Amino acid sequence: MATRKKEVNFEGAMERLEEIVSKMENHELSLEESIKIFQEGIELVAACNKKLDEAERKISVIMKNAEGKLIEGDFEPQEE
Amino acid sequence: MTVSYINTYIKNIIEDDIQLNNVSVKGEISNFKYHSSGHMYFTLKDKNAKIKCVMFKTYGYFLKFRPEDGMNVIINGNVSVYERDGQYQLYCNKMDPEGIGSLYLAFEQLKKRLQIEGLFEENRKKRLPLCPKRVGVATSSTGSVIKDIINVASRRYSNVNIVLYPVKVQGEGSAESIVEAIEYFNKINDVDVIIVGRGGGSIEELWSFNEEIVARAIYNSKIPVISAVGHETDFTISDFVADIRASTPSHAAEIAIPSYNDLKYRIGSINSSLISILRSKLINNRLSLKTLVHTMESKSPRNSIAQTMQYLDIMQNRIVHSMESRLLKQRSKFELQVEKLEGINPLKILSRGYAVVEKNHAIVREIKVLESGDNVKLNMQGGFADCKVIKITEGSLWQQGKKK
Repeated sequence: MATRKKEVNFEGAMERLEEIVSKMENHELSLEESIKIFQEGIELVAACNKKLDEAERKISVIMKNAEGKLIEGDFEPQEE
Repeated sequence: MTVSYINTYIKNIIEDDIQLNNVSVKGEISNFKYHSSGHMYFTLKDKNAKIKCVMFKTYGYFLKFRPEDGMNVIINGNVSVYERDGQYQLYCNKMDPEGIGSLYLAFEQLKKRLQIEGLFEENRKKRLPLCPKRVGVATSSTGSVIKDIINVASRRYSNVNIVLYPVKVQGEGSAESIVEAIEYFNKINDVDVIIVGRGGGSIEELWSFNEEIVARAIYNSKIPVISAVGHETDFTISDFVADIRASTPSHAAEIAIPSYNDLKYRIGSINSSLISILRSKLINNRLSLKTLVHTMESKSPRNSIAQTMQYLDIMQNRIVHSMESRLLKQRSKFELQVEKLEGINPLKILSRGYAVVEKNHAIVREIKVLESGDNVKLNMQGGFADCKVIKITEGSLWQQGKKK
């Protein structure tokens, strides 16, 4: 479930970022509040960049091992 | 002769007839009953006549579509007799819809049924994740589908993980293996999105993607499913149930996997916006502060007093100034009057040589009042003289002069 949670965070983070920009543009906030959510925004930007750049490329295939259990292994594209 | 005997006799006659052993009959279905045993009983009719039919479970198993009353079909089978009832019947081993292919009919029937059930509802469809980390693919391990997906993924976002669950994409057991793949991803392997698909083919080859079990597996999947079956123009039941339909496997990969560059750009531009908005806010605030300080200083008590004092000074000057000029005006007015007065001062006239003539204490204004011998008083500068008139001559002094 770890990857699922990460995924929700990325999308949620992007949405929150756009919300922050919109709030700051609207002049609703005091200077103090603006600085506060600006900081939140900068942190989210760093987190999103990190998520995009982490993880390594992996192509795997599910197959049955000797005991008939399903395992994940590296995939090599075969010719037809 | 018994009834059994006659019925058996008739049956033998019919079964011996070569023609009746293999017939192809066209007609309309009516009174269709699907028995709990799995056998189907119905009547086949045309305008003028009808015949009783039965299709046993073993043959019915191969039917792709569901026969219905009113359907026009072509039956292949043989005629025989149900001895118990003395009923001759058409024993059906193959049934095809008249006019259209049976597969196509089956497709239409299932599509309608699932649609009514609500499996295709738009509001039920799941949103795809913006940036999936793991993409599950249910397709053949050979063939171009998986290759295309890997190529597109490498191009757009090379860090994405692709997990392939190899399935049979056609033939016996195909639908079951597709269901297996979807259920595997849902239960054991945590992927963020599933792509289900295969390359182009005929309706028979694509058929497993029209099977009800596949449709239900897609519907029940908690993970979003993208259906990419066949070519642009092929539509299967999977396409309708899936959360998104892609026209090709490459297209599916493009839908599932975001462009790394696009996301980076989007994050970067949000970052720039944040900084520039805050900067302009700070600048505005600094300006406001300046204005505020200025306003405060101008409104401060010390400033008020200074202002007031300056004001008083100015007022004082003005008052003094105006008083001075008024005085000046008054003086010159006064001097003018004095000048005027002096001008008409009778005493001043005397100094110029004029005399005031008095006779009997009355001022003499004209010559006619006087007679020679009168006593007159001449008032002039410095005193007066008592005089006596010697001679009176009328006319102006100046004229006298001229007359001479």
